[in-house]
Amino acid sequence: MGKFMTFASVAMKNLVHKPVTKMYPDKAIEYPERSRGHVEITIDDCISCGMCVRSCPTGTLSVDRDAGTWTINRFDCVQCGFCVQKCPKKCLRIVPGYQHPGDAKPEETFTKSPEVLKAEAERRAAQIAAAKAKAAEAAKAKAEEKN
Amino acid sequence: MGKRSVVPFGPQHPVLPEPIHLDLVLEDEQVVEAVPNIGFIHRGLEGLVTKKDFNQMVYVIERTCGICSFGHGTGYCEAVENVMNVEVPDRAKYLRTIWFEMSRIHSHLLWLGLLADAFGFESLFYQCWRIRERVLDLFEMTTGGRIIFSVNQVGGVNKDMDKGMLQKILEDMDVIEKELKQITGTFLTDYSVESRLKGVGVLTKQQAHDLGAVGPFGRASGIAYDLRMTGYEAYKYLDFEPITSDVGDSWARVDVRIREIFQSIDLIRQAIGKIPGGEINVPVKGNPNGECFTRIEQPRGEAYYYIKGDNKPYLKRVRVRTPTFANLAGLCEMLKGAEYADVPIMVLTIDPCISCTER
Repeated sequence: MGKFMTFASVAMKNLVHKPVTKMYPDKAIEYPERSRGHVEITIDDCISCGMCVRSCPTGTLSVDRDAGTWTINRFDCVQCGFCVQKCPKKCLRIVPGYQHPGDAKPEETFTKSPEVLKAEAERRAAQIAAAKAKAAEAAKAKAEEKN
Repeated sequence: MGKRSVVPFGPQHPVLPEPIHLDLVLEDEQVVEAVPNIGFIHRGLEGLVTKKDFNQMVYVIERTCGICSFGHGTGYCEAVENVMNVEVPDRAKYLRTIWFEMSRIHSHLLWLGLLADAFGFESLFYQCWRIRERVLDLFEMTTGGRIIFSVNQVGGVNKDMDKGMLQKILEDMDVIEKELKQITGTFLTDYSVESRLKGVGVLTKQQAHDLGAVGPFGRASGIAYDLRMTGYEAYKYLDFEPITSDVGDSWARVDVRIREIFQSIDLIRQAIGKIPGGEINVPVKGNPNGECFTRIEQPRGEAYYYIKGDNKPYLKRVRVRTPTFANLAGLCEMLKGAEYADVPIMVLTIDPCISCTER
């Protein structure tokens, strides 16, 4: 035959203990430093390589190199952090703070600043010009060789 | 012989956190036969292997279940590492062991709470989950997630624990041990709890052996079968024995699981005492070529992971067999001859995890 009143001591302690639960949302929750809440990007450091897009298990990311944008649908993101691991420029990071619920699944787009876009466009134009010049030189050298 | 009738149990039932359906063939109040029916939450996770590469699959596999997610990730990573001949650094093995044992504590405490709720002891249920909350906070501090950790990767783990974190884990383990001891007496000696658990759902050692019962369900029937003894990850460096009971009823399953929590606390202390320094992962090159079959001891019992690759980033086949699937046979045998009112408790004592089973 079992014992009686085995829970009494635990139950009585509740009379003098403070509540274990926090009065959320009146009292804000403090997240630990490593908490995987959402992905953040320093868009100006991004080189639009697309490694994050290829690594994402849920396919929620997209990158447009010409427009200089990085787009995420936060409701499809599972906060696994694989994109953060794969980013070669380390411009992605995962920070505390969860996505609030909502009745739609909007996409969030980050666009590079005009200065960075301009500098990128100039660099790319210079690269293209250099490549063209190199090709022309090679063609010229080839033509001279034939002669 | 009384008139037979069939009573459906589930898929929605107060004791079931997840959907499983049992057709109970009753004769008066006695169960004559139980016919299980699963497939309500099949998500085709194994099929995703054709669309996700083997690194991305870690994140898919660990979402098989919310409670044993860490174990699923570890089992899958071990299988891929075996195929690719990757030697995981010792520190990563120890870290995986610590997280794994913390998962066991969290899973068993969750189950104890659900059981207390099932036999109508609400305050005991809240006490169990209050203790469990501390483990979840430790997970959040060390991995960033409370349920899904995403720390496993092929070749090791991607997050390290510093000295402060290990110290905090040790301190919290002391508190958990102390708090759990206070409610252990209620689970194992209380009159009202005993009247709901003792002699209910007896599975003999022979039956458990014949039906392939695994995990605490089998160990409570006297089968000393614990895959941690095979020494995967850092278990080979730790000192422990499988916990068994010869009684074989629902009370014995509670007893085994409570003692396993204390054992896990001891294993965590041992692992933290012995953890070496060094790297936490090694770079992995190439693609898996070959097949491998690994077994690990999940909180609910033995789980199998099978992978097959043909030197491409996408694996050919992934198969997971989970402990609940193995234990369903034992459950149906155990239900024969049971009182109808005891069915919910008996279903709960195998610790059913239907998400795992149906994947």
